[in-house]
Amino acid sequence: MKRIGIDVGGTNTDAVLIVDEKVVHSVKRPTTADVTSGILDALKALRAEPTAAVKVDAVVIGTTHFINAVVQRRHVQKIAAIRIGMPASASLPPFCDWPADLASLVNGESFMLEGGHDYDGRPFMPLDTAGLKEAARKIKDAGLRSVAVCSSFSPLDPSCETTAREILADICPDVAVTLSHDLGRIGLLERENAALLNASLHDLAITTVAAFRKAIADSGIDAPLFLTQNDGTVMQAEIATAFPVMSFASGATNSMRGAAHLSGLDDAMVVDVGGTTSDIGQLRHGFPREANAVVEVGGVRTLFRMPDLLSIGLGGGSHVDEDPVRVGPLSVGYRLTSDALVFGGSRLTATDIAVAAGLIDIGDRSRVANLPKRLIEAALRDAWRKLEEDIDRMKTEAGDVPLLAVGGGAFLVPDRLPGISEIVRVPHGDCANAVGAAIAQVSGEADQVFRDLSREDAIAAARDIAADRAVQAGAARDSLKTVDVEDMPIAYLPGNALRVRVRVAGAIADPDLPAAA
Amino acid sequence: MRSAELKTISLEEIEALAVGAWILGTGGGGSPYLGLLNLRRLYAEGHRVQLMSPLDLNDDDWVAVVSNMGAPLVGQERLADSRNIARAVRMQEEINNIKFRAVMSVEIGGGNGVQALMAAAHLGVPVVDADCMGRAFPEAQMTSVAIGDLRPYPCTLYDPRGIEAVVTKVPSWKWMERASRKICVEMGSIASTSKAPRTGREVKDWGIHFTTTKAIRIGRAVQEANRRHEDPIAALLSTEGGKKLFTGKVVDVARRTTEGFLRGSATIEGSDADRGSRLKLSFQNEWVVAWRGEEAIATSPDLICVLDSVNGHGVGTETVRYGQRVTVVALPAPPVLTSPRGLEFVGPRAFGYDLDYRSLFSPAAAGA
Repeated sequence: MKRIGIDVGGTNTDAVLIVDEKVVHSVKRPTTADVTSGILDALKALRAEPTAAVKVDAVVIGTTHFINAVVQRRHVQKIAAIRIGMPASASLPPFCDWPADLASLVNGESFMLEGGHDYDGRPFMPLDTAGLKEAARKIKDAGLRSVAVCSSFSPLDPSCETTAREILADICPDVAVTLSHDLGRIGLLERENAALLNASLHDLAITTVAAFRKAIADSGIDAPLFLTQNDGTVMQAEIATAFPVMSFASGATNSMRGAAHLSGLDDAMVVDVGGTTSDIGQLRHGFPREANAVVEVGGVRTLFRMPDLLSIGLGGGSHVDEDPVRVGPLSVGYRLTSDALVFGGSRLTATDIAVAAGLIDIGDRSRVANLPKRLIEAALRDAWRKLEEDIDRMKTEAGDVPLLAVGGGAFLVPDRLPGISEIVRVPHGDCANAVGAAIAQVSGEADQVFRDLSREDAIAAARDIAADRAVQAGAARDSLKTVDVEDMPIAYLPGNALRVRVRVAGAIADPDLPAAA
Repeated sequence: MRSAELKTISLEEIEALAVGAWILGTGGGGSPYLGLLNLRRLYAEGHRVQLMSPLDLNDDDWVAVVSNMGAPLVGQERLADSRNIARAVRMQEEINNIKFRAVMSVEIGGGNGVQALMAAAHLGVPVVDADCMGRAFPEAQMTSVAIGDLRPYPCTLYDPRGIEAVVTKVPSWKWMERASRKICVEMGSIASTSKAPRTGREVKDWGIHFTTTKAIRIGRAVQEANRRHEDPIAALLSTEGGKKLFTGKVVDVARRTTEGFLRGSATIEGSDADRGSRLKLSFQNEWVVAWRGEEAIATSPDLICVLDSVNGHGVGTETVRYGQRVTVVALPAPPVLTSPRGLEFVGPRAFGYDLDYRSLFSPAAAGA
């Protein structure tokens, strides 16, 4: 099994080749403004290594490109929102809880129509198909190219949303349609928000995935492309084109999964020190612990499953101020190799401090030889204090636990911290996120209503469906493990109705091996 | 009409109220978030809500008691709408040929904690700083006005499809609950309701006073502690005289629905000082009993609140799930609920547990 994992971060683009679960070679290249030439650079450098010039089975990319577009308000497109469920919910229209600047970029037109369902599957109001047709015509006239459709209780009965898609396909066939039930669960506003964000990234997803494919082809690789998702599993590139929001938090997840893989530790704290920020999280059974509830993306409430992370403004590129001595939160970011003192620049950074203290040896050491000892010590103390405090905040229990220190700026993590049994540094730890992408698994999900079954039997039935879907998506059946189970009884339906959602994940099936029976 | 001192509630106080009401929801009552969104929009449009002390009511004033009835799960798909709750109040005025001086929420806990403000913004009357539960409970007869044996009818129910219903007369609060619940279920398991109108005298005698202020105070304590990066749960406990019961991680949640209620249990595996032990919480919409092994260490009507260990926000019985890190605390119940007659309505036996209520607090602690 030979796979290339690529992580496109804010500062660096990392690529690794993994053969049979072992890292053969890794490279780090600066991320470029167009993203893809950085990927091409990294792939070429990787392939230049003789041991890495092998035929690969898959390329897996983890990217923060789509979430950055939302956070930075760039490359998002104007869309139409269709809400089905009137006359309920009338006082809170689509975009009602969005930050004004983002809403003004994305909100092309909103339509609120009668229809939707009740909690028990009865239609709430007859679907306003005439209104849908009129909306479709207006969308066509307005020249909007992407639409998000959200109907009340669509996770239980998606028929209003699928009817809307048929009508849109009839009247404006070139328009991309995101249906909320494909993305989210119960919670109209949060599910709608996910659909709205997804629709707003449609054009970017098409061009980005096409550019990824071109970079891979240009580097002479012929292998299927996968993108990693928030939960540490992968999706095929075609699916990622339709669902860019599913890759939102994959960077941090990849780095934690990679750290677990490289160290062999499944339960530990993880700190990933990058150029600009440090992400702190906790590994449980090899997967990041998830955030408790609603997660905000660029100020928009969504219900994605995201890793529970604390992100602090501390990294290798952090500015160091002298009075008072303070490290971060500002950073030179991708300009580290030109702006930092050791690279000939004029900005004192955390990397310069680390070089002066002898923690690492990069750049021109003589350029920091005259830094006052007092300043070096005070800056390190400040960085260490921040890490200590925030790692402790993310711990869930008293007692010492191991800490995995990964990322390009891991030299900022001291060799000893209170509450930490040992600091584990691993080979290729600076590319942990690319490793996490390369080892990412394939998942399958079932989300269905079961009747006349016990809770245990319903969950088992859902697991079987999820497992079949995972195998269909390319997973090896005998490697599947249950990642997530959620069950929700539905009141007032006969037969003890239970809605069950199960997600399973397993390794990408090795195409060279016969499928397990 | 005696003039009353009115205080305009600021938007910042409404934000705090939403946090505090969710904690006082003791796991149920639905999230106040959508009500908060309504109020943000209403405030942006220039509406303002005023708060009135219950002691400033005249004996013969009329006070509307409002609530959003139904399953919080449904409320996540059929979003709270301030106009609907205002319509349910207007129905009471039309039926009884009265004019309301003010509105109050039936319960300060959960989403209903902000319903009165939503109605008030449209109706142009103040909100009374009081409610009938001091928290959230699952049933209409679990109120101070039922404990006080006040008249339970009429009740108006409004559904945005244009269905309007009135339960004009019932022999008891229990029947009011049963009759109105059936209508509510037909409406899709959620309805805007206005309960039996109350006189100023009744609110002064039987309302649980100053609970809006209390919810704002709790929300502020949590928000300010979070801003200062201090422990929000410690701040809450010191403000309200509560007790920490348990800290840990949720390891199992079992839910079932019976007779329209969400029942089940959540098991928490201890961390920190509680490492090595487990706490089991039984719930019926709200957290009802906390068990350590066979022993009930806290029961209704004391407020059992499950809080996110990091930010101190409430965790609901519908949203609690595996892996959440939570801290369980208890807050003192209002005295009317812990009286012998109060316990008949809201004590452990009212929820089907053959247990005696033992307060975790001295009587003085609940006085505030």
